[in-house]
Amino acid sequence: MTRLPAVLLVLAALICASLTVGAASISILDATRDPQAALVLLESRLPRTLAVVLTGAALAVAGVVLQALVRNRFVGPETTGTAESAALGLLAVTILAPSAPIWAKMGAASLAAMAGTAIFILIIRRLPVREVMLVPIAGLVLSGVLGSVATFVGFQTDLLQYVNSWLMAGEFSGVIAGRYEQLWVAAIAAGLAWFAADRFAILGLGDGVASGLGLSPDAVMRLGLAVVAVVTALVITTVGLIPFVGLVVPNIVARIMGDNLRASIPVVALWGAVLLLGCDLAGRLIRYPYEIPVGMVLGIVGAAIFLWLLYRRPAHG
Amino acid sequence: MIRVTGLSHRIGRTPILHEIRTDLPKGKLTALIGPNGAGKSTLLRLIGRLEPLQSGRVTLDGADIAATPTETLALQMAILGQQTAIASRLRLRELVGFGRWPRHRGRPTPTDKDAVTDALRAFALTDLGDRFLDEVSGGQAQRAYLAMTVAQDTDWLLLDEPLNNLDMAHARSLMARLAGLVAGGKSVVTVIHEVNYAAAWADHIVAMKQGRIVAEGPPKAVLNEATLSDLYDTPVTVSSHNGRPLVLHHV
Repeated sequence: MTRLPAVLLVLAALICASLTVGAASISILDATRDPQAALVLLESRLPRTLAVVLTGAALAVAGVVLQALVRNRFVGPETTGTAESAALGLLAVTILAPSAPIWAKMGAASLAAMAGTAIFILIIRRLPVREVMLVPIAGLVLSGVLGSVATFVGFQTDLLQYVNSWLMAGEFSGVIAGRYEQLWVAAIAAGLAWFAADRFAILGLGDGVASGLGLSPDAVMRLGLAVVAVVTALVITTVGLIPFVGLVVPNIVARIMGDNLRASIPVVALWGAVLLLGCDLAGRLIRYPYEIPVGMVLGIVGAAIFLWLLYRRPAHG
Repeated sequence: MIRVTGLSHRIGRTPILHEIRTDLPKGKLTALIGPNGAGKSTLLRLIGRLEPLQSGRVTLDGADIAATPTETLALQMAILGQQTAIASRLRLRELVGFGRWPRHRGRPTPTDKDAVTDALRAFALTDLGDRFLDEVSGGQAQRAYLAMTVAQDTDWLLLDEPLNNLDMAHARSLMARLAGLVAGGKSVVTVIHEVNYAAAWADHIVAMKQGRIVAEGPPKAVLNEATLSDLYDTPVTVSSHNGRPLVLHHV
């Protein structure tokens, strides 16, 4: 059921396409002889392609972990206040310690994202279990509140441009070598989630089952929150908010493979990369040589997929 | 033996259990009975460390459960709570496989796989092993959770209303299986609503009402007309069938 080889082939084809498509008309096959082509390839095309692949994979994995933690399929890192809290943390460190090194800023953003997601989980624990649709609604409300606080603070401190670059539709046109490498950390965090996949799947069965099997639900929750927070924080600070990847990819894979996360996380990661790279390529080709931000392409494609998912399976949460 | 001493519990301001003191015998099938809201499930969940103790002590073969690491306890006792509306999309085989998780912690051996196959067969789920949990009936899901708990292969099994959703054939077969596990040296503690299943299969009965234990002992000592009528606040007639009490409460 996994069809891993097929997904790998699709991804490889997309990567090749991504390396050849761009405003500069060069032939990457000449890269070994033509220094201009080599420069474009190594400084722009390859970093951009890697950034898209890492982001798509990490966000999709963060989504599947988040959905196991909250036991609800209709949430993603962009609808639970995670991204907005990361932006608030980054804003705080930019105002209070503008000269802090980059890793300190990323750390602050991750910690804030973790705190914001923890608040979301505290809120939804008070909701009636059977009302599955209240969970995403609560997440959207929390995202809205945190986002408006970030906008207000950004407006007051003349940092609105920064806030917008984090929370508006993300895009990869600014990615060059040296400005995307943090995404490797996001990918490593997502890889860590794979090692703990059984724990997340067991926690998805309920705190009682997890305790009975000798797990500490709180410890698994903290680990999951850390993964989701680090991935989200690093993605929004590097390329901006990427919607729908963390929401729809886990849903599609769960329909086919179920919630055995140890088997499904690699597939989720690959599909995340395929979806994002496909949308990024579309954004680059539709108005060639101009670009449409991938966040906008995903907004349309992702919404269509999500609506289809909602109508296909209304009964289950 | 599980020994409970001085156990009181509140949820919010509502007292649920008052100074519970009891011994649950090893190698026996113990049934917790009593009316709704008597505190049976809470007592079972506290013994199974699903909720933190507020006061009192629970020991398992002399060791304080509050001081025992949870992963060690998972090798000594398996607990199955009442299932809620959580719809995880696991195949039944994967769910039952998680019962072995405390033993292999992510690296299943052939022994673990055999245990899963046996548990699936024992609960008549072999043909459903590849079905998803959200695509089977409530009774089939309940049997899968029971198979997971049995696959954990612990000396103690704590079950909260395991007969929920089961039809009469599967209910009887479950009780026979529990009795078989006890004959094989295991100890079972189960909350039971239908008192006749306790009458027919249990070795030891603990009757609870309003957060207190009102009677305990072998079925013949506890399941008499006076005790049961008082326990459930309704007149109950007790007859006898094959040497065991037969409770007539439904007519």
